Amino acid sequence: MRAAVIQFPGSNCDRDMAVAIRNITGTETTLVWHGAGELPDGLDLIAIPGGFSYGDYLRSGAMAARSPVMHAVIKAAERGVPVLGVCNGFQILTEAGLLPGALMRNAGIRFVCRTVGLTVENNRSVFTSGYSAGEQVRIPVAHHDGNYFADTETLDRLEGEGRVAFRYAENVNGSARNIAGLLNAAGNVLGMMPHPERMIEAVHGGSDGRRLFEGLVRQIA
Amino acid sequence: MKTRIFVTLKNGVLDPQGKAIHHAIEGLGFSGVHDVRAGRLIEIDHEPGVSKADLESMCTKLLANMVIENFEIEQA
Repeated sequence: MRAAVIQFPGSNCDRDMAVAIRNITGTETTLVWHGAGELPDGLDLIAIPGGFSYGDYLRSGAMAARSPVMHAVIKAAERGVPVLGVCNGFQILTEAGLLPGALMRNAGIRFVCRTVGLTVENNRSVFTSGYSAGEQVRIPVAHHDGNYFADTETLDRLEGEGRVAFRYAENVNGSARNIAGLLNAAGNVLGMMPHPERMIEAVHGGSDGRRLFEGLVRQIA
Repeated sequence: MKTRIFVTLKNGVLDPQGKAIHHAIEGLGFSGVHDVRAGRLIEIDHEPGVSKADLESMCTKLLANMVIENFEIEQA
């Protein structure tokens, strides 16, 4: 398995993501700077990490979504390469048009930083096969703009197509239909606000995030 | 040449920031304010040759997120 983690100016979960992938899947992970026009050959996973790319200027993820490397990420996603966007990565994926909808300022205005309960809605994707459908897991969130918005028609369609991967057990940020994680139509792109890479060993207070990566490596290998 | 671009949230999209500003206005003792919506003003200084179509394209490709926002272009 070959994995790359994309780094933007202001990314701050890039190393955590690389360590999680390396420790759990046993593969060396390449860090790719946002200015790169191409990605390494033969990637099995592209991760877009959390942080505050470009200082959240204009809108969270807006500038990063238009950076050179994203053209290559979009092409890879279209070829079926799994793309995981966490937190700012989810915002970047919606801004880049790889996922529908938008992530707005939390309904309560406040930055939310705590471990939350999530329900696994769809365990049939490459990212969620390590979980059981309907299972509750605990994974931390840390965001200011995690309030998922899409129009009612889009939300109905996404639910009908089973594209909601994770839902908040309690609504922490105003997200429509409690959506915490969303898949693209082909199922190879997942955006999620919670940070699985921050819940991979006992010292983190749990390891529910670990199973996302374990499931992924079983699906890809 | 200067163009002003106003980016505003679409009707029906919840604006927590506007709500907080509204609350703060009331906290200062002002009454009679029904609602507050916050947006963004972007000023672009450009050659006269930059067309309205180019400016619209800048808005749809970057300056506004068409899922949640509208834009208005005001040319001086």
